[in-house]
Amino acid sequence: MNAPDLLPIALGVVAAWVCMGLAGFISPRSTRWVARVIFPLGALGSLVMAAVGLLALFAAPQSLVLPIGLPGLPLHLRLDALSGFFLFLLGSSTVGISTFASGYFREGEGTAPGLLGMQYHVFLAAMCMVMLAADAYSFMLSWEVMAMASYFLVISQHRMAEIRSAGYVYLLLAHLGAIALLLCFGVMMQGGIASLTFEAMRHAHLSPAWASVAFGLAVIGFGAKAGLVPLHIWLPEAHPAAPSPVSALMSGVMLKTALYGLLRVSFDLLHAPLWWWGVPLLALGLFGALFGVLFAAVQTDMKRLLAYSSIENIGIAFAALGLALVFHGVGLAVFAALALAAMLYHLLNHAFFKSLLFLTTGSVLHATHQRSLGKLGGLLRTMPWVGWTALIGTLAIAGLPPLNGFVAEWLLLQSFLFTPQIPEPFFNLLIPLGAAMLVLTAALAAYVMVKFYGVIFLGRAREPQLEQAHDVGWLERIGLLWLAAGCVLLGLIPTWVLQAIDRVNLMLLGKPLAQAGHSQMGNWFWLVPLSPDRASYSPVAILLVGLLVVGLTGLLTHRVYAGRVRRAAPWDCGAPGLTGRMQDSAEGFGQPIRRVFSPFFLMRVELPRPDDAEPRYRVSVEDRFWPQFYTPAAQAVLWLARQVGKIQQGRISVYLLYSFLTLLVLLMVVVR
Amino acid sequence: MNYSALLTPLLTQFLAVAVSVLLAPLMSGWVAQCRAWLSNRSAPPIWQPYARIAKLLRKDAVLAHEATALFRFVPYLLMGIMVVAAAIIPSLSTDLPFAQAADVIALVGLFALARVFTALAGMDIGTAFGSMGARRDMMVGFLAEPALLMVVFTSSLISGSTLLPTIAEYLQSQHLALHASLAFAAVAFIMVLLAENARIPVDNPTTHLELTMIHEAMVLEYSARHLALVEWASSLKLFNYVCIGFALFLPWGMANHADGVMWLLAALPPLLLKLAAAGFGIALIETLSAKLRIFRDPEFLGTAFLLAVLGLLVRLMLSH
Repeated sequence: MNAPDLLPIALGVVAAWVCMGLAGFISPRSTRWVARVIFPLGALGSLVMAAVGLLALFAAPQSLVLPIGLPGLPLHLRLDALSGFFLFLLGSSTVGISTFASGYFREGEGTAPGLLGMQYHVFLAAMCMVMLAADAYSFMLSWEVMAMASYFLVISQHRMAEIRSAGYVYLLLAHLGAIALLLCFGVMMQGGIASLTFEAMRHAHLSPAWASVAFGLAVIGFGAKAGLVPLHIWLPEAHPAAPSPVSALMSGVMLKTALYGLLRVSFDLLHAPLWWWGVPLLALGLFGALFGVLFAAVQTDMKRLLAYSSIENIGIAFAALGLALVFHGVGLAVFAALALAAMLYHLLNHAFFKSLLFLTTGSVLHATHQRSLGKLGGLLRTMPWVGWTALIGTLAIAGLPPLNGFVAEWLLLQSFLFTPQIPEPFFNLLIPLGAAMLVLTAALAAYVMVKFYGVIFLGRAREPQLEQAHDVGWLERIGLLWLAAGCVLLGLIPTWVLQAIDRVNLMLLGKPLAQAGHSQMGNWFWLVPLSPDRASYSPVAILLVGLLVVGLTGLLTHRVYAGRVRRAAPWDCGAPGLTGRMQDSAEGFGQPIRRVFSPFFLMRVELPRPDDAEPRYRVSVEDRFWPQFYTPAAQAVLWLARQVGKIQQGRISVYLLYSFLTLLVLLMVVVR
Repeated sequence: MNYSALLTPLLTQFLAVAVSVLLAPLMSGWVAQCRAWLSNRSAPPIWQPYARIAKLLRKDAVLAHEATALFRFVPYLLMGIMVVAAAIIPSLSTDLPFAQAADVIALVGLFALARVFTALAGMDIGTAFGSMGARRDMMVGFLAEPALLMVVFTSSLISGSTLLPTIAEYLQSQHLALHASLAFAAVAFIMVLLAENARIPVDNPTTHLELTMIHEAMVLEYSARHLALVEWASSLKLFNYVCIGFALFLPWGMANHADGVMWLLAALPPLLLKLAAAGFGIALIETLSAKLRIFRDPEFLGTAFLLAVLGLLVRLMLSH
């Protein structure tokens, strides 16, 4: 195919985003200028980026060397199928997010709009550069710009102390991850060629032990960015702290850059992965998924709930990646392609439905000034646009057919069904339990999303002022509709999506899924990933027949009786005086989970005494990783710092002695 | 072009769905009748569910002031989902062209969709009972779904497919081979069936005490034609589950690809016989056991899950 020069176009969009960001300074305090002009232009850039990504999937890889930066260290850039897929993910979801953001940002909220717009667009540009980078130097540079831009976006309400501390935790984890990544690239460089380019790393020959070290460091580095348990703690702090479009961007897109990096390192740069690398990823991923969904179920803050749900989804993606690594390592390339396709599909889906849900929480927050689930309720009646689009996101994230979340889940379960063919005796007996954990996670995700949606949008208003909540403006509606349409579309045309994803399979595994025997994995109507005897799925058929039956049922029931409807008060057991506060609160809805999975949680329950005049019931649930992992770790660091501090005497004679001793030791080394 | 080759599967498909939709209330009536006999009560007539549906359809619908469009739409949707499921599950014949649209994993997904919408409808009115029922039903759901999937995995490992008709055809061709793994899976499946269909050890379909309700609490606010559809859909769900059980464990007596439409008639008596036996079995279990406290449900369904995993391990280790 005679493709146009896609890489310069992508770079042009990146440059345009940076310029748009700078243009915000023309009038930094003007919401009208920044929100109504710059953000829609940014959305246009996203649209171009999505097109570039899609075309790049089917084009040959393109490379470019940009002679900017340090002398002797130009920026190497490369656009291949893997980058293309992630650029498409970024572009297509940020069209919705940026459009929404242009209606969202208001006067007098934290950082000046001009500055916010600059950070936002630099963030977008940096994420694109991460996906385009083809040497360690430009990768780390873009990676750090991305971390800093997102840090400033998180603390845009920096006058609140808890938001500053959330930003601090995020920055700390981001830097721990960056150190691990630096070391990882360092290990990969020592394969004989002292070059920073990925091309050189691809051809380096690392011993299995060093390759495993590099892989381990990459898992830590990228895991810290993605929120892999136990490096997840920044997520539930940072996502609620950030403004909602930023949360959407971070959760929907930024977490994926980490998975992109891990794919790049494990399949591309370390080109011969060992099978057992997948095992820790599978275990950590499945544990993280279960952990995330359980904590999501007991949250009472809507954005924290979604943040924990992101931990769950990232866990599922890591598990799929682990499974792909295992299959690839033992030589079952077709099944590796299936698992990898499931992972990429899941990431794409997550970019849409999670962004959508974060944006709806933003609208709810603006309309009600409440983020606590216990004070919301009944918003479907007052905010129909937000409510109905959120319903689509809810069903999609709960993994229900015929929407997009289900397809990835289905593909992943299908690939789990092939695990008995792995020739590792103990491992293939353990792995069905992995499938069971995955199903449990998916079922719990449905529970969590019923809680999320039901408590916010259904039922009665729990507070009287909610009746005055207003719906969103037209720009926000377009943003929400774009993302909701993405959820529906990605669910209805799975074969086409898979054919695009298969280009990444071809690049990373050398073997596409379509080669497995069946022609092109079915057509637009039927999805047949492997063979028609094995499994098939047709969301369009389900939807059409379902709608037909619904229509017929409606017609028949109305034919039998004309259909008069009378409105009355709901059943109150004969005791009048039902109020909105009598519905399940968020705590109440999470109670079965707290009870069934109590060992997972660190719970404090305060029950009232029988003689209390004002009885109060209080329950708080904490993340075990804080007191049992991070606090000891922080104390160990402080202790170490104090020990090191002992050699700091503050007297010049002591420091001269240190210098003298150092000199002596060095001389001894040189002489020997 | 041979039109009969195209027409026969379509006709089979249509007849199979029609039989399921029409027989489903009969099945519920039969279970109720057996329960009455077993507990020494005088039994209602077997067509009682039809009479009830007909009565409800003719009544005026009463909706709560708070009910949104979601609440009104859910009964139709439930009916739609259950009919789609009936089109996928082989009851009379395994020659179902539509069954390719969803394998058994997608079928579990469809049932989950129905559950989520019922729960959302329960929360829509904003009464304490609605949200309590929603919470409890979702809990039963997340406990039962892994067990069900493990059962399905065992079957599909044996037959190498996740499509229900293919699984059934494979077992049919096996001449009564007894798989130890399927025995475990079958017990687990029966436990899941009871839980998913709001039957006695987990839920009581005939209860009038709001505080002990699970499924009934969610649909407490429905009346008239909406209630008729909800009830019809739940009896169709029971029918579907029983038919999944037949396809996974007892597929004998079904017509298959080679047979013509006339064979459906021959397949009807074995199906009725199996349904009657299954209905009696459910009634027997319901009569012999007491309803569990809600927080004993995890133990009940945990047992089902362990049995299913055991079946899977037996299959993997002993290939039996």
